[in-house]
Amino acid sequence: MRVEIVGGGPAGLYLAILLRRADPSVEVCVAERNAPDATFGWGVVFSEETLGSLRDADPETHLEITDTFARWDRVDIRYRGRELRSRGHSVSAIARRRLLEILQQRCRAVGVELEFGVGVSELPDADLVVGADGANSVVRGLGDFGTKVEPEGSKYVWFGTDHVFDAFTFVFKETEHGIYNVHAYPYDEGMSTFIVECPLETWLGAGHEDMSEEDNLAYCEQLFARDLRGRELFSNRSVWLDFPKVTNRVWHAGRIVLLGDAAHTAHFSIGSGTKLAMEDSIALANALARRGWDVDAALVDYELERGPAVERTQGAASESAAYFGRVGSYTQLEPIQFAFNLLTRSGRITHASLGLRDPRFTRALDGWFGGAPVSPPPAFSPVELRGVRFETRFGLAPSGFVAVSAEGRITPETPTIDVWSPSAGQVLLQLGHAGRRGATQPRAVGVDLPLADGWPVVAPTRRPYGPFGAVPGEPDEAAIREQFVAAGRRADELGVDVLELDMAHGYLLGSYLSPLVNTEDDRLRYPLSVLDAVRAVWPRPLSVRLSVTDWHRRGNSVDDGIELARSMKEHGADLIHVEAGQTVHDDRPEYRRGFLTLLSDRVRNEARVPTLVGGHLTTIDDANTAVAAGRADLVLLDLTAADIERPLEAMKTVSRAEVSR
Amino acid sequence: MNVGVGLPTTTPGTTGELLLDWARRADEGPFSSLGVLDRVVYDSLEPFAALAAAAGVTSRVRLATMIAIGPLRPTGLLAKQAASVHALSGGRLTLGLAVGARTEDYEAAGVESRGRGRKLAEQLAYIRGGVDGDRIGPAREGMELLVGGMSGQAFSRMARYADGYVHGGGPPRAFASASSRAQAAWADLGRPGRPRLWGQGYFCFGDPDRGAAYLRDYYAFTGPFAERIAAENLTSARAVKDFVRGYEEAGCHELVLFPTVADPEELDRLAEALA
Repeated sequence: MRVEIVGGGPAGLYLAILLRRADPSVEVCVAERNAPDATFGWGVVFSEETLGSLRDADPETHLEITDTFARWDRVDIRYRGRELRSRGHSVSAIARRRLLEILQQRCRAVGVELEFGVGVSELPDADLVVGADGANSVVRGLGDFGTKVEPEGSKYVWFGTDHVFDAFTFVFKETEHGIYNVHAYPYDEGMSTFIVECPLETWLGAGHEDMSEEDNLAYCEQLFARDLRGRELFSNRSVWLDFPKVTNRVWHAGRIVLLGDAAHTAHFSIGSGTKLAMEDSIALANALARRGWDVDAALVDYELERGPAVERTQGAASESAAYFGRVGSYTQLEPIQFAFNLLTRSGRITHASLGLRDPRFTRALDGWFGGAPVSPPPAFSPVELRGVRFETRFGLAPSGFVAVSAEGRITPETPTIDVWSPSAGQVLLQLGHAGRRGATQPRAVGVDLPLADGWPVVAPTRRPYGPFGAVPGEPDEAAIREQFVAAGRRADELGVDVLELDMAHGYLLGSYLSPLVNTEDDRLRYPLSVLDAVRAVWPRPLSVRLSVTDWHRRGNSVDDGIELARSMKEHGADLIHVEAGQTVHDDRPEYRRGFLTLLSDRVRNEARVPTLVGGHLTTIDDANTAVAAGRADLVLLDLTAADIERPLEAMKTVSRAEVSR
Repeated sequence: MNVGVGLPTTTPGTTGELLLDWARRADEGPFSSLGVLDRVVYDSLEPFAALAAAAGVTSRVRLATMIAIGPLRPTGLLAKQAASVHALSGGRLTLGLAVGARTEDYEAAGVESRGRGRKLAEQLAYIRGGVDGDRIGPAREGMELLVGGMSGQAFSRMARYADGYVHGGGPPRAFASASSRAQAAWADLGRPGRPRLWGQGYFCFGDPDRGAAYLRDYYAFTGPFAERIAAENLTSARAVKDFVRGYEEAGCHELVLFPTVADPEELDRLAEALA
């Protein structure tokens, strides 16, 4: 058995060690294109969890590595002249150069052949060829892996500094050109990694494009002089880069397998690249040993084991990368909310999980949010909108669609405002006209299934909504507006707490807003005229339910949706109920838990308007996290999903004997 | 959660005798359903023909297409086939539909594969009823309608027209993630209650090498994924039990285990594993 590993980074070297440990009769060769001491980058980080895996896989390297580690359990966030500290984030770092030395030394000790200064142009002759040659892998070109490499996130540049930070430190700095942020962490007694990142607009505005390497270093050094305590930045070919997001449809082809960055990258802002790479090595070495060096079977096992974990990490990394791209829109948030939004950016930390790691932080957060040192969790903190007080963030009772008229119903079961009466509690009356989605069968049967003998439907188009749908007629705009106004007056008489105008999901008002449906230039004309007219008669909080994206190539994008929200706010909407899609029948939705939360975050922080959001949020923790992070003001929880009980009879299964009896 | 078993309609060489014997044994329990797959260009049996045959020798189990590739068939004919199996089985059909994964099946059927998503949406609306499809009998009352697929559009079609979702297979975690998407879509479309959730897996007790070889061959069109699917074949009672437990915890209502070796012995072994 001969294994040829291309690339002498952490993934390749570690795999070589583990293979020789598993079976000393296996020949393992590592070919590295550069010299043994040539390395790019400064320090690399590991989590406690990763360290545990390293200990189990090879105690000798674990000992060496942890000996020279810098460890910390804090994340410091510097923002608007304040530093916020969050504890309980156990992380360690090591100089990349030192890590490579340790691994090379251990390779020699266990009899790995190491070759430096050797490139690869054709498939080496071996039983297994491992492409561990990084994001720009050459080995990847020797097989069909379905590789995709796309730039992700903002511009960044990777420096070292001799200022030793005493925790992982995020620095946010606003300048005339826009915002910069820094990811800094110590990696030994004398040095720290110092990554500077900024959105493209900032980068262009500040003229980084035309700066030399030296000028650029000087610029960053000066910009962050206070954070560096007057210490220097060091360059190691430190130029501005775009992060390459690497994905491969498959990680092995024949006897070639990809490992680490060659197989997948994860944006540096969650610090998982080296961790993923070394976990790959462990999984591959274990699979080969377990399968008795049956390469085909082992490569399948390896990919099966690592695929889901890597996909989840890549997802979180992409969320994080996107966060730093739009971080400029969060600068109106108070420091502690800004910090919590940052900590929860990739969805891996929530209010509850942070509370376990760092109860002091969540207590301070809850205290700030609730306005008293001892406050309940954020979802239980009251809020006021246009003089109406809401005791919790999740207690609003939505009415479901109530039609302004019989012709505006969705199904024969849809209540009209004439017959509707409010339930107990604080009521959100969701008022709408179904438009071309009207005259359909009850939703227990299905959605958008036309009635055989339905009433005529109307829309600003002659095209039906879906298959077999009725051809819409022209809406009597003045009359329908008057129905909305009358319904608004009626809602006031009934003592409703919040009135909502449905401009989402392709119902009548929503269909006006989308270029997929309405061809007139001023698509806001009619919906805003309805909003204005209702606002004039309705004294309490007014919500607008809005599809902030059409989820369609030619439809409204999220940026368009944010503009719509801004217009609604200017015309007196107090709240945007964030929805997405359903404007047309054949949109491309993105369903998952919390699928609307990020959209709500963007509307709230970019259009600067309070939001209400649902989107399959199923726990109080979801609500706490969303409102505390400033992603929404109110939430609608989907509690039907909490399925914890069943009738005892259901536990009985039919046995063969019972069936034949 | 109920556990059903697949009919061996895609393992090459299945005779009518074997199919009927298999269906009879499954109907004797403990299985709750018989599932079939759909593929044109392969040595396999047509799903509605196979279920019609099974209907004649069973009285208890549900008969399920998991899935049938809807757009391969003209809409009215699809509705007719489904209604017929439903009537012949005394109302036991669960009709799972999706767009499928192979263009060669579309070519062989002489159907344009472009626009297949839109066509499936039309078929679902037609079969669900209230529109033109009601002229095509026998009556489809009690026919359960499921939709499969992993795209956002598949989930919205499911929530719009069907009673539930049928997952394409994989470890329990993959099922859990898909079912959470199905539930999100269901609530987003304003459907009352929750969607029915169907899952599936492959098993083989007697001859794992033959089972793996069949899966590699059947899924050759997926390229390297065939190896993954073959590796996930459940080849021991322990593996079956873990899989069943995993699916139950993930909220599955009906899990159907498909054979990879068409030997009636396999049914007995599976029944023992589930006992």
